[in-house]
Amino acid sequence: MTPSPATHVYLIDNIDTDRIIPGKYTKTLDTSALAAHVLEDLDPEFARKVRPGDILVAGSNFGCGSSREQAPIALKAAGVSVVIARSFARIFYRNAINIGLPVVEVEQHNIQPGDSVSVDLPNGLVINHARGETYRAAPMPRQMMNILNAGGLVNYLLQQGDYV
Amino acid sequence: MRQTISEKIISQHTGQPVKAGEIAIVRVDGVMATDATAPFAIKAFRQMGGKKLWDAERVSLVIDHAAPAPNETVANLHKLMREFAAEMGCRLYDVGAGICHQLMVENAHVRPGDLFLGADSHSPTYGAVNAFGIGVGSTDLAGTMLTGKTWLKVPHTIQIRLEGEPGRNVTAKDVVLFLVRQIGSEGANYQAIEFTGEAVRGMSLASRMVLANMSSEMGAKAGLVDPTGLELWYPFEPVFSDSGAEYVRALTFDVSGLRPQIAKPHSPENVVPIDEVLGTKIHYAFIGSCTNTRLEDLHAAARVLKGRKLNGTRLVIAPASKNVFDDALRDGTIQTLSEAGAVFITSGCGPCVGSHLGVPGDGEVVLSSTNRNFPGRMGNPKAQVFLASPAVVAASAMVGEITEPDVVEQI
Repeated sequence: MTPSPATHVYLIDNIDTDRIIPGKYTKTLDTSALAAHVLEDLDPEFARKVRPGDILVAGSNFGCGSSREQAPIALKAAGVSVVIARSFARIFYRNAINIGLPVVEVEQHNIQPGDSVSVDLPNGLVINHARGETYRAAPMPRQMMNILNAGGLVNYLLQQGDYV
Repeated sequence: MRQTISEKIISQHTGQPVKAGEIAIVRVDGVMATDATAPFAIKAFRQMGGKKLWDAERVSLVIDHAAPAPNETVANLHKLMREFAAEMGCRLYDVGAGICHQLMVENAHVRPGDLFLGADSHSPTYGAVNAFGIGVGSTDLAGTMLTGKTWLKVPHTIQIRLEGEPGRNVTAKDVVLFLVRQIGSEGANYQAIEFTGEAVRGMSLASRMVLANMSSEMGAKAGLVDPTGLELWYPFEPVFSDSGAEYVRALTFDVSGLRPQIAKPHSPENVVPIDEVLGTKIHYAFIGSCTNTRLEDLHAAARVLKGRKLNGTRLVIAPASKNVFDDALRDGTIQTLSEAGAVFITSGCGPCVGSHLGVPGDGEVVLSSTNRNFPGRMGNPKAQVFLASPAVVAASAMVGEITEPDVVEQI
């Protein structure tokens, strides 16, 4: 029996890119090395606990700070399938889309640690199974949806050849 | 159509008038990536099928985040950048040339009216030269290296009007720290800021760069400075906002009575007037970063330290560029600072970003002229980092605790 995705909830605001992946680990092109250290300054156990398909839930301004793509890359490499936050810093949001990590912005959510959650990405809905609640995500610009649907910018440009 | 500076510049790059909120595919004038972001950009560029750059003249790579290389892994990333630059014919600034944003401005790679992408979160600095500069990630930059374009959403603009004249030892850094507190670390999220007003119009290019630079700490996409009073060494066509342009917020602050400001650990928005932290013991002082280590800043530190000696607190200085360092050598500033006890390191990001040089120890208190003090930012989450202006950093380094330049100058 495959375990259903776990939901990791950190209702903290302003989790910056240095806390997602400390700068000292970013001097490599090897993304699997990033997975081992993701979020370690926030929760040293996270990298060990997280399984492919898991969901990360955070507070507001998630991903603030640096423009380093290693932040969403580390999360994706660790197996995080989607990040839900009250709000995202803009460079992080855009970087996540570009590397094919789904991000969902839900300003008013009632997700608590321990809640089990699932995401209906095409319809922009977050379902909280523990509380029987559904939250609607902020709409994503069409251009971004196209890039995310292609699996990230590399695939999008390989397919399209240019911005269309 | 009455437009903000951002709306005008973006309209000029998309061939039709656009307003805040609209999405546009834009022509880009120039791009820049550093050793923190270029390796991934190069990898993504190749994965996208990139064989040649859309325009090699418009691409700059800068080795500044870990310069000179601290280990062989980083050294090989630098080597990758050099090889790519040689193959593609684009520009590369090597070890010691300086900090990326300083180099782009100093060498006029970004000019008034330009739309410029930097793979670094402090790219809003280019707003000081009246350019629409935004920070993007490596993969985004690769897409532009390939196509010469990108897509973006035209931001709404917050207008910040600064009136009055700040006191003698109150600098653009103090003003912008005060603003980060007022606006908050996500108060300008997805928006552009336009800085204007009497206090701005009298500012030097270096001071304008401080304002624009720290607009990133308010979440802003871009930080445009009113080009009135902007002086450059080449002819240029300034882009002004129209009177009657629509701002999503318009704020006015009188900076006349402003005290020097300090950001306390662990966020750039945790700002207080210096009076609240006077006497805080510091172990390590740093003057550096794209925010505050130009000639104007080194002069400010030298004025405080001339003929005086540090009390044993270490003061590390990383000039913004080789040009800044050479100018400071020629005019005696380096000598003044060195005789006081300051030590100099490679022009580059250095301690600001925690991956190379100048990491603080557990429980150490750092006073720095940089832009961020998140936990772990300087490489050790167990350090306490306070942010201030270069003059305050210099004065405090002299006595080993947070103090005002005015006080030290009486000693």
